Amino acid sequence: MATTRTAKPLVVRRRARGGRRSVVLTVLTGLMLVYTLLPLAWLLINATKTQEGLLGSFGLWFADDFALFDNIATTLTYDGGIFTRWLLNTVLYVVVGAGGATLLATVAGYGLAKFDFPGKKAVFAVVIGAVAVPGTALAVPTFLMFSNLGLTDTPWAIIVPSLITPFGLYLMWTYAAEAVPGEVLESARVDGAGEFRTFFRISLPLLAPGIVTVLLFSVVTTWNNYFLPLIMLKDPAWYPLTLGLNSWNAQAATAGGEAIFHLVITGSLLTIIPLIVAFLLLQRYWQSGLAAGSVKE
Amino acid sequence: MTMSRRSLAGAALALCLAAAACGSGDTATPSPAAASDTDLKAALEAGGTIKVWAWEPTLKQVAAGFQAKYPKVQVELVNAGTGNDQYTALQNAVKAGSGVPDVAQLEYYALPQFALAKGVTDLSAFGAGQLDGTFTPGPWNAVRSAQGVHGLPMDSGPMALFYNKEVFDKHGIAVPATWEEYLAAAKKLHEADPKAYITNDTGDAGFTTSMIWQAGGKPYKVDGTKVGIDFAADPGTQKFAAAWQQLVSGKLVAPISSWSDEWYKGLGDGTIATLVIGAWMPANLESGVKAGAGKWRVAPMPQWEAGGKASAENGGSSLAVPEASANKKLAYAFVKYATVEEGVQTRVDAGAFPATTAQLNAPAFTGKEFPYFGGQKVNEVLAASAAQVAAGWSYLPFQVYANSVFNDTVGKAYVDGSTTLLGGLKSWQDASLKYGQEQGFSVQ
Repeated sequence: MATTRTAKPLVVRRRARGGRRSVVLTVLTGLMLVYTLLPLAWLLINATKTQEGLLGSFGLWFADDFALFDNIATTLTYDGGIFTRWLLNTVLYVVVGAGGATLLATVAGYGLAKFDFPGKKAVFAVVIGAVAVPGTALAVPTFLMFSNLGLTDTPWAIIVPSLITPFGLYLMWTYAAEAVPGEVLESARVDGAGEFRTFFRISLPLLAPGIVTVLLFSVVTTWNNYFLPLIMLKDPAWYPLTLGLNSWNAQAATAGGEAIFHLVITGSLLTIIPLIVAFLLLQRYWQSGLAAGSVKE
Repeated sequence: MTMSRRSLAGAALALCLAAAACGSGDTATPSPAAASDTDLKAALEAGGTIKVWAWEPTLKQVAAGFQAKYPKVQVELVNAGTGNDQYTALQNAVKAGSGVPDVAQLEYYALPQFALAKGVTDLSAFGAGQLDGTFTPGPWNAVRSAQGVHGLPMDSGPMALFYNKEVFDKHGIAVPATWEEYLAAAKKLHEADPKAYITNDTGDAGFTTSMIWQAGGKPYKVDGTKVGIDFAADPGTQKFAAAWQQLVSGKLVAPISSWSDEWYKGLGDGTIATLVIGAWMPANLESGVKAGAGKWRVAPMPQWEAGGKASAENGGSSLAVPEASANKKLAYAFVKYATVEEGVQTRVDAGAFPATTAQLNAPAFTGKEFPYFGGQKVNEVLAASAAQVAAGWSYLPFQVYANSVFNDTVGKAYVDGSTTLLGGLKSWQDASLKYGQEQGFSVQ
């Protein structure tokens, strides 16, 4: 574990590497860019089509009619405006679940990095072990447990499991170990600051990039969460967007069901916009936080 | 995406079925709630709330009608997923012993699984046994077993040949009356227009079993917990496999999966010229394939012998009352309202295809002209098919699982020709029997 801190600034390393150009790398990155943006372009183009236009036109170009705004309006009002409800549900799960997860990971990671207590090694082993277990594997046992508690089909069934993020905890732990110098804490203590004051006034600002990284990770995970809600929730009134869109998609595959692929596509577009905005706004922190977590020595 | 989700759901289902089929010993045995009509009336007047799990869209109006008639009863209609998703959820809820709905929509192929695991109530205690003759034979036989009546038929899917008349006329193809003519039409069409196919098929368990059913096959032998599968010795299976193999080997079926966006597209632009499918299809064509308006027609299902009159059921659902329901009387009252009483007409008016003989034979129903089908009286053909469903078919008591592994076995015959349909059916049989054995069935 990184108890000896070397505050070698990352920026310096990056600058030392800069300047060289490689055609191969540029081409590869370009290809990667196209590969990544193509599905988005497809989504954007096809969100402008009506159901008929969608089926009757080439996938990567516009149909004759431009129906994006109609589609958005229909998506928001279809089936009594259930999409808005799903959006609000998702926001609730993200704010409480991912927000809570970040808070817990920060506090716990800081505590583990900066304080010595008996059983720390055991905690470390459990956390590392927990990182290795995929959430999907735990979904069914979690379901049975929540069912015994009578919490299935309630928002708690989504929020409570989302609060636990072993990976976030581990990230905060290593980040706190590096970003908050022990000397600073020492001097704060010598100056008479209590532990809480030290944490909020001194450590928290230093931890900000790490916190944003963990926050982004948990927001993305919670926003895209599919399998857990799938087995926990039955009532569409509590669905997050992922499940809701899937139920719209599945509706085409049943006797008497109405095929609404255009709304599924427009809904998907609306669903990813908040994530894109979050990334663009928090990009800076995200990069530095990720890099800091990965660097050792 | 769909595949991985399916296999996950399948895994979860498998896990829970293990407990369900072995008899959920830890849950309290509910009291046998026999009830007469007066009991039901009293329950309806006392009122209460029932939770209904169903994805069928017209049930919304049925629930509204039911509440208007019995103002003290609240119906909470919940779409807990379509088909397999809902079965997984229901198995999980039954296993967990909480969150079980009072009424659940179960497709006919899935009902035996829940009936055998005692997941659903025997409705004969409420007088369902006296409904003999109310429903057409196909669906009525599908909800009954020696143990009782496990659900009431909500809709039915007697099969027919839906064909794109415009495509047929363009290439001078006559409507096939036999499967031999159907194969000839498939060749003629694809030769005339390489982009057009007689139909689509990438391996569909429901379609395959229905086709074997129509051919007079009875590959599944089920007697309580004794289960046997024999595709190789089943003449119906052989007939179907021999004919269909020609289509698959000749690449005469479009490699498009049913219900995909490509499928809806193909139905509209003439790529897929026919569908042999259940009678609920008109509503789907009308709402999902607007580009096909005026082009489609319906004819009787092609026959294995010229002049024959055999048909089969494809799809269709029942409404059942889970054993763990706390309010079975109200639940049954709702099921009866939706499947026998006023609810049937509500659903028919909304475009559903009923399972009740009264509605099927009503002149207003059979005489209805469908503008989408060029004014054809489509229901005449479909109702005739309902009366011709071959007798003696049964599904496996773990058909939900079996169908979930269909694509891993028979599906291979469609992908690269590494196996034939018969070879695939053999692997499907082995996989199904193995699973049955693991679940505690005695396999023959």
